[in-house]
Amino acid sequence: MDVTLDKTGEKVLLLGNEAIVRGALEAGIGIATTYPGTPSSEIADTFSKIAKLAKAEGRDPGYYMEYSTNEKVALEVAAAGAAVGVRALTCMKHVGLNVAADTFMTYAYVGTNGGHIIVSADDPGCHSSQNEQDNRYYALFGMIPMLEPATPEEAKEMTRLGMELSETLKSPLLLRTTTRLNHVRGPVKLGHIIRGKTKGVFEKDPMLVTVPSVARVRHPQLLAKMEKAADIGETSPFNFVETFGDGCKAGIVTSGVSYNYVREAVADLGLSCRILKLGMTNPLPPKLCADFICSVDTLVVVEEGEPFLENQFKEMAKDLNRCDVKILGKGAGSMSRLYEYTPSIVTETLAGIFGKENPYHSENTVELKMPSRPPTLCAGCPHRATYYAAKLAAPKGTIYPTDIGCYTLGRAKPLEMADYLLCMGSNGGTACGFSKTTDQKVISFMGDSTFFHSGIPPMVNAVHHSHDVTMTVLDNRTTAMTGHQPHPGSEVDGMGNPAVAIAVEEVARGCGVKHVEVVDSRDIKGAREAFKRALDYKGPSVIVSKSPCILLEIRDKRRAGEPIIPYVVDQEKCRKCGVCIAKFGCPAFYYDEVGDVCINKTMCNSCGVCASICAFGAISPEEQKPAKEVKE
Amino acid sequence: MNGGRKVGIVISGVGGQGILLAAEIMGKAALRAGMNALVSEVHGMAQRGGSVVCTVRIGDVYSPLIADGSADAILSLEPIEALRNLGCLKKEGIIVTDISQIIPFTVSSGLERYPPLPEVYAEMKKKCGRLLKIDALTLATDAGAKIARNITMLGALCGSGVLPFSKECLLETIRETVPAKFVEANERAFESGYEAAKNE
Repeated sequence: MDVTLDKTGEKVLLLGNEAIVRGALEAGIGIATTYPGTPSSEIADTFSKIAKLAKAEGRDPGYYMEYSTNEKVALEVAAAGAAVGVRALTCMKHVGLNVAADTFMTYAYVGTNGGHIIVSADDPGCHSSQNEQDNRYYALFGMIPMLEPATPEEAKEMTRLGMELSETLKSPLLLRTTTRLNHVRGPVKLGHIIRGKTKGVFEKDPMLVTVPSVARVRHPQLLAKMEKAADIGETSPFNFVETFGDGCKAGIVTSGVSYNYVREAVADLGLSCRILKLGMTNPLPPKLCADFICSVDTLVVVEEGEPFLENQFKEMAKDLNRCDVKILGKGAGSMSRLYEYTPSIVTETLAGIFGKENPYHSENTVELKMPSRPPTLCAGCPHRATYYAAKLAAPKGTIYPTDIGCYTLGRAKPLEMADYLLCMGSNGGTACGFSKTTDQKVISFMGDSTFFHSGIPPMVNAVHHSHDVTMTVLDNRTTAMTGHQPHPGSEVDGMGNPAVAIAVEEVARGCGVKHVEVVDSRDIKGAREAFKRALDYKGPSVIVSKSPCILLEIRDKRRAGEPIIPYVVDQEKCRKCGVCIAKFGCPAFYYDEVGDVCINKTMCNSCGVCASICAFGAISPEEQKPAKEVKE
Repeated sequence: MNGGRKVGIVISGVGGQGILLAAEIMGKAALRAGMNALVSEVHGMAQRGGSVVCTVRIGDVYSPLIADGSADAILSLEPIEALRNLGCLKKEGIIVTDISQIIPFTVSSGLERYPPLPEVYAEMKKKCGRLLKIDALTLATDAGAKIARNITMLGALCGSGVLPFSKECLLETIRETVPAKFVEANERAFESGYEAAKNE
């Protein structure tokens, strides 16, 4: 594995997320925790892969890692490690920090002994997220120092040196990344991997218990820490100024991946300017920023997301009595607050501001109408079967609150089984609310990993208040969407050790749900009847729909050398009613040139659910009854 | 203007076609040849049967993403996905595409239409410098490496002459990257694509 390569000085191509792991290894990481979420997932997955490999070879990986039940728990597990001097890292997607925010805010007050890096992987452009919140405000809000890498190389160095910075300041540190850092591969110069502490001794100290009297003492201490951090920022290697051309009186302030687009635009447009590249963006170094403001007459702020730097620079300019400096960004200037930046967007905007011609523009507009290709539930996905069964059982107008996972794709035609979504775990709370404030039936859906993450408190709420809802747990025994990470229902943990697998139905019963049924997702008839009984039941009911993720099932079958026998349509029996293709919607189905319904042999994953919903018995496994034709 | 040579490649296709691996191999090969390289990848939700685009940039570059109208080539593992990314390509750019269609469910269920392939190719031809159509399925199958269609396509891209490093450099990277037992099959797959592009 390149990420663990023991060749100091060698340059290897690493994914941004792998570079973060490398930085942690070079800093002597002792504990790493997470709840998976795109675009952060490969950080913990890499820790997991290294640990499993070490286990297989009988070596000690040198750290402990776990996929915790949610981001809040992950942060707390690692915070305890940092409290006893063990170097820690906790990674999550941006919205995960909302879950961990309660811990985060007071953690700043309590501080750390060992270095602790909290990675927030933001997702401007919502590649795979429900919002594009800019988590730099969390650093400002919580008074936690922040580093923003632009490249994998910088991500590695910021993780390594950030660990020291965190210890110097006795504060956790936010490493704020974005999709185009996490999921970009770039050259990284390897340093030396060191073994850090994995255990420490807890020294009792009443100041670690944040009762009001302690918090009141901690708050001014926190302000002092931020002043010290600002001093460090003045000379941090991550904050620097570059001059292009004769420099003139134009300045550009930028951070994170936006810097990459600025650098190319400056070269491509032949701009004369100075760039202040900020790697440590909280707290901002006051002197460095002031000097920069005073050295220019126009200052352009290029940052994805919200005007985080821009507003602080405006404030600084005012305090310096330099309101004559034109500050262009999201306010004046036409930098967008929306989505992620691209070289085209940044070059075009800078060309406009500096009065240059953008050399890059596409003359290629496609006149041909292209079909869309949205992501879909896989052929053979058990979620589709559960949705289909629930739809058959439910009366018209039933509300289907949904949640975060592959199953959110059930929103698409033809299933249309996802009606309302806020965040992880929201299916349950909103189901309770809809049951009280409407006269419609409510069936909510969540995955098993989501259930453990934040699905249990709303279930307790439903029981306590006797809400008339049916909560469905789509139990495929994995965290599928983010890359099949283990969760509390798994038998093996992230380090490859045996784990206690917790059964969803037992937890539901333990919460006080009286009507709990476990069904096989692929048994449409059985599941439909179970949904009917749940709907008839007055009060909270839970359906646990069990079937493994088809991708894992297929992988295991391939590994075992078992054949995957595709299903075929017998055209003699098929009445073209369209149930399989237009209502069930398995993507392996298609209409051929003459309008016959066929199954794509290479796509069919042999789940067989289509055969059970065909009223005419026209679908069967290939070997039993070879049919007319199958598309290769 | 920037003096150093820059090469930008867009790799497109459908989740699960091995696009990430092809992109990674290209980036590693560039590094092996002593060049700078950046690769942008797609992970997560889009991979569930959706359109996937990776970019590879080689040389004196900072951004892993490619500005509109500036890519030297599009390597596509599915015809319509090449067309979808045409906006990235420079006027004289090359398109290397696999001819096997993957029909999106929006089309197979009758909701949308996949335009006939001759129309797709005609549109491409109008808007690029050179179009290479590769029957990667047949080539890879004949080479005894049906699963290595992405490597066949990588061979074709190399054969088109757009890459700034040698064929041997790319092959060496493939040998290093794929599991030992698949090395030979991948080499054959690569050669089949390389030859097909050379002879086109």
